[in-house]
Amino acid sequence: MDKILEVKDLHVDFDTYNGTVHAIRGVNFHLNAGETLAIVGESGSGKSITVRSVLQLLASNATISKGEVLYHGDDLLQKSDKEMDKLRGNKISMIFQDPMTSLDPTMTIGKQVAEPLLIHNNISQKDALKRAEEVLRLVGIPNPAARMKDYPHQFSGGQRQRIVIAIAIVDYPEILIADEPTTALDVTVQAQIIDLLKELQQKIGTSIIFITHDLGVVAGIADRVAVMYAGRFVEYGSVDDIFYNPQHPYTWGLLDSMPTLDTNEDARLNSIPGTPPNLLDPPKGDAFAPRNAYAMQIDEEQQPPFFKVSKNHFAATWLLHPDAPKVTPPAAILNRYKKFEKLGGNAK
Amino acid sequence: MAKYILKRILYLFLTLFIIASITFFLMKLLPGTPFSNQNRMSADQLKIVKAQYGLDQSVGVQYVRYMVGLLHGNLGTSFQFNNEPVTALIGQRLAPSMQIGAQAMILGTVLGILLGAVAAIRKNTWVDTLATFISILGLSIPSFVLAVLLQFYLAYKWKIYPVALWDNFQSSVLPTLALTALPLGTVARFMRTEMVDVMSSDYIELAKSKGNPNWRVVAKHALRNSLIPVVTIIGPMAVSVMTGSMVVENIFSIPGIGEQFVKSITTNDYPTIMGLTIFYSFLLIIVYLIVDILYGLIDPRIRLGNGGKE
Repeated sequence: MDKILEVKDLHVDFDTYNGTVHAIRGVNFHLNAGETLAIVGESGSGKSITVRSVLQLLASNATISKGEVLYHGDDLLQKSDKEMDKLRGNKISMIFQDPMTSLDPTMTIGKQVAEPLLIHNNISQKDALKRAEEVLRLVGIPNPAARMKDYPHQFSGGQRQRIVIAIAIVDYPEILIADEPTTALDVTVQAQIIDLLKELQQKIGTSIIFITHDLGVVAGIADRVAVMYAGRFVEYGSVDDIFYNPQHPYTWGLLDSMPTLDTNEDARLNSIPGTPPNLLDPPKGDAFAPRNAYAMQIDEEQQPPFFKVSKNHFAATWLLHPDAPKVTPPAAILNRYKKFEKLGGNAK
Repeated sequence: MAKYILKRILYLFLTLFIIASITFFLMKLLPGTPFSNQNRMSADQLKIVKAQYGLDQSVGVQYVRYMVGLLHGNLGTSFQFNNEPVTALIGQRLAPSMQIGAQAMILGTVLGILLGAVAAIRKNTWVDTLATFISILGLSIPSFVLAVLLQFYLAYKWKIYPVALWDNFQSSVLPTLALTALPLGTVARFMRTEMVDVMSSDYIELAKSKGNPNWRVVAKHALRNSLIPVVTIIGPMAVSVMTGSMVVENIFSIPGIGEQFVKSITTNDYPTIMGLTIFYSFLLIIVYLIVDILYGLIDPRIRLGNGGKE
């Protein structure tokens, strides 16, 4: 498969009044043509910053201190803002989290959807608007011709997110970055938006990076999943690998705190104890160690490397080291292993 | 929209009626009399003069008489200014005041918007600091101090503009500049605050993610959205410029109505006080009406009539 995007050893720092926050601390991943990669993790783990680094849409106090972002082998971090403008909204575009605030309140939606076309193509305003209308129909805005001249406040939340998606896909981007596109929507609308994204992916053949903290959403859309914690990836693999053969204790914690059909309705949901580390002064060893019931001495001292679980499945935990003691994951995770074997996999 | 404007015009008359009534009674509470040479007049003479102006009647009767006159567009006759009708008095002296007022408002608003926008875009740089410094100066130096400074340097020392004269555009430059400082400072500060907010909003990030170059993000998305609250302060600002102009007109010897207003109050020139108060109120209400219409033009969310419906 073609790697259209590859991020290597990305480091992002933020200058704050309290000092430098090391928000991203060495992230590596790639995106294959036509696939959907989900990045999951709790708030503040650096998911958004990671993908915003790709488009260099970071806050002014952020610096990408190290790393490469290779788009078809071309390092985007070496490009000027002007060169990046040519890619943004054209080759790589982005869907934002909150549809209520992402649209310009004083511009008609027709113009907002047509804008990327006018910026990137030598096209008349009339043709751009015509194309915008088609795309609005494609994303499921009823009677788009009549609504082109309406303003964002005249649409519901779900419709606005469809418009935001229309803006992102209007110029048929190669890569679509969806930054929690369903978080601000209610559950039924969430499902519609995910179906829409899947449908659009097939129609225009774009690759998607999908960011979410909702594992339920991930299962519905992703081919591969990367789990992020405190500015680093801790585990990545196919959806089945992550859901049914998770190896990192953090992934265990995430999956264990998600209710399943087997969850007793009177039971309290599990949660991971403690809080994420302060990235002003990142821990020397595994950042998850203080919250990890399975932590060992070495977790405090040295960051674990990625251990290979299977061909495309890697996890950064010392538990996978050949010398590590054998531990028993939580019962819910063992249940998942059983399902994995039923799927034909070979759970550890 | 037409219906809305019609309604507003109806309210305008109601407001003017209330203002006229309140001013009338407040004015009657002013100490002193309109006749400065009262001591030299005999009781009979005074009686005759008072009767001539209808001042011998009770306040109630005077009020009703005045209001009836007002309905016919008659603002009475000035006691002081050559016994001229108040309407003629306002008419003659309106042009210079309006000219410097409008010039100052337009210049101040445009420069203020630019200054505030530049400060916001170059947030936390020396450009921002300089812009903030200028706008604070504009806000805190009273127009009469600025007027005297401008007069001293630009007119007396460097002889670029006349000291105090009223004939052509040249002579309106200094008073306009003196009055510009306040709207400029006010608008610049509002604009900066608002634009900093807008620049960090989600839709600006989305605009950037579309591939808009920075100048286009500002021109197409940030500017219009930042203007919404700036429009709000145009009304109160117009009040400040009008009251400021009274003193400035005095300094530059401009034959405007501001100067007359001050004189009419110190001399208990009742018809002139009333006429000017009603006129100023009328002007302000019109400014507020224009501001409200501007609002709708800039922000579709508060557009009146069908446009605002979901």
